[in-house]
Amino acid sequence: MSEALPARGAGREPARGRRVRRDGAWPWLFVAPLTLGVAVFYLWPIAQTAWYSLTTFGVFGGTTFTGLGNYAEILGDPTLYRSLVNTLLYTAIVLLNIPIAVCLASLLNLPGLRFAAFYRVLYFLPYVAMPTAVAMVWRIIFNGDFGVLNWALGLVGIEGPYWISTPWASIVAVAVVGLWSSLGFSLIVLSAGLKNVPPELYEAAQLDGASRSRQFRSITVPLLAPSTSFLAVVTVIAGFQLFDLLYAVLGTTNPALPKSLSLVYYFYRAGFVDNDKGVAAATAMVILVLVGLATAVQFRLQRRWVRG
Amino acid sequence: MTSTTAHPLTTTRRTTLAGAATLGVLVTTAACGGGSGDGPAADTAYEAPSSDLEARITYGLWDQAQVAGLQRNIDAFTAKFPGVEVAVNVTPFSEYWTKLQTQASSDTLPDLFWMNGPNFQLYAANGKIAPITGAVEAGDIDPANYPSALVDLYSLDGVTYGVPKDFDTIGVWVNTDLFARAGVGLPTAEWTWDEFQDTAVRISQALSAQGVFGAAGGMDGQTTYYNTIFEAGGEVVADGKSGYASTDAVAGLQFWTDLIASGGSPSIQQLTDTTADQWFTSGKLAMYWGGSWFRAALTDTDLAGKVQVLPLPRGAQQVTVIHGVSNVVSASTKNRQAAQALQVFLAGQEAQQQLGSAGTVIPAFNGTQGTFASSMPGTDLQLFLDAVDYSKPLPVSENTAAWNALETDLLPDAFSGARPVGEVAGDLAQQMDEALADE
Repeated sequence: MSEALPARGAGREPARGRRVRRDGAWPWLFVAPLTLGVAVFYLWPIAQTAWYSLTTFGVFGGTTFTGLGNYAEILGDPTLYRSLVNTLLYTAIVLLNIPIAVCLASLLNLPGLRFAAFYRVLYFLPYVAMPTAVAMVWRIIFNGDFGVLNWALGLVGIEGPYWISTPWASIVAVAVVGLWSSLGFSLIVLSAGLKNVPPELYEAAQLDGASRSRQFRSITVPLLAPSTSFLAVVTVIAGFQLFDLLYAVLGTTNPALPKSLSLVYYFYRAGFVDNDKGVAAATAMVILVLVGLATAVQFRLQRRWVRG
Repeated sequence: MTSTTAHPLTTTRRTTLAGAATLGVLVTTAACGGGSGDGPAADTAYEAPSSDLEARITYGLWDQAQVAGLQRNIDAFTAKFPGVEVAVNVTPFSEYWTKLQTQASSDTLPDLFWMNGPNFQLYAANGKIAPITGAVEAGDIDPANYPSALVDLYSLDGVTYGVPKDFDTIGVWVNTDLFARAGVGLPTAEWTWDEFQDTAVRISQALSAQGVFGAAGGMDGQTTYYNTIFEAGGEVVADGKSGYASTDAVAGLQFWTDLIASGGSPSIQQLTDTTADQWFTSGKLAMYWGGSWFRAALTDTDLAGKVQVLPLPRGAQQVTVIHGVSNVVSASTKNRQAAQALQVFLAGQEAQQQLGSAGTVIPAFNGTQGTFASSMPGTDLQLFLDAVDYSKPLPVSENTAAWNALETDLLPDAFSGARPVGEVAGDLAQQMDEALADE
């Protein structure tokens, strides 16, 4: 998971061809369990889903080929686009955890900071907490009449909305929870990244009279680029998979729900509420393509950021 | 067949797909025969069990709170049939139906399991559960012993598949303390819609400074708007068509719109953040439309001594929704005889009396409900039993969940007054008809 640094100057090129031949079947044997797992639990289901997306699927099985009908149905459904926009909005907000985590990580990394381990645990706790438990607590915080949040806003004269039953506000509210609970993971990754920054750079900068903030901007941020771009990829993928938090925070009978669906919630509704597994499979394929695209774009950008 | 084990189902996308993949293998081997899947099971074979019956069966259910009571049932059953071993599988309600659907698709259903009204027709129509016709003909089950509205709920096309194990009806739970503080007299059992609305508004006005409301609407049809639709003379679903477009159904919905508009109830948004039962249990609500099951939430609370119950106020007629869980036997079980033996035993008077004294639910067998009625001293729970006489079954169809989702999507606009009730009801009826036509 750490940002696999390229092994430089590994001068083994000439020997490569011979080595593979001599190793025989052993390497294949070692990767076989994993390959088998990937094939059985990822590739085969993806192929199956692709097939189901072209069929009408009976409640308890039995498929009828219907071509691209399911795709036509969901692509003509405004709720799908609404779900896409919601998912993107959610992802965008959760991405804000990266700059926040960069600042926190460099603070936690300050030499001579007391109780550093304690703070690290504190920030990491939300990440290991169960999403449903987290959601229950935040539901209470967001409560329009009796919640802590609106009470605090009231102190400064702001009348807060009914967070979880107002469209848009509900997505923002859930995104804030997502941001908060992903902070711990980002911190761990970034702390590991910071350990790879040579201390001599800071010493040299100090000798040159660079301020703390200048050091932060010119050394910490650029050298953390591999970590941050890794986090960006992971966060976007997780963002596209938003379901459990939304389900647990908003509930199933929320009047704001039809306008606050995420893509995976849309999938869940099609497959397990409307019992339309063909449409659900088509939605899953759309999500797969979108995640693939988003990741490809990020890898492109990454090449520029990280090397530049 | 690749696998006969149950899939640990969570609702993440990946596991769902993995589950779907396994189903796929099963499906493709069986797909060619009959496009619409299996028809309703015609197999009504039943043989009264002998005491040397030997089998291991599984019993699937969702409520941990009832396991203690049921275990007493099962102990009594295994005393009669020592060769039968019963394994109880509890799955939380939120995952129960997704799991059951996967099990049904791969013919790995528990031998005996709980069924509810909204899901019953789906399983019956697709031949996943066995009719009880044989047991009834043999005289081992007599449907006349149970509330008829519930026997109807578990019948499809004239065939009965399950007998109810318990039931619940709806009443108005009243916080007498708040009535006294507001200086409003307690209504009589003969009250009307107008009296209800009037009482709600008066209490809300008198106690508004303390954030107290007289009554509450909500998005749960079973405890609120299904009742008023029936009371106005309307239907939710009848003969495969939505009943929402009728003027009577609109009147039933209008009841809640009026209640919210007059300030007698918190707004729909307030009720989303804090549900009606939470308003009531925190002492901020004077009247709560709730099921008989709500008794459990009041045990050991400060409220317990200040609570009364009233029948639902009358509209054009008096109605309450009735619902109950039933035990059904899987159509594909390899231990049909043992599963049916347990089904028959659980439906019998002895087991039902045991269940009733466990106190969690109202047993369905007529005459075994006395323990429930007297389980909350000072509160007249008898009315939940009397209500059976004027009850109507919870509205269901083959794919109830699909139009339940439409109700939660569309009705908030009607209750909040954002759009005219008649217009929303018209839209709902049209979309619901499309969903019903797909069944």
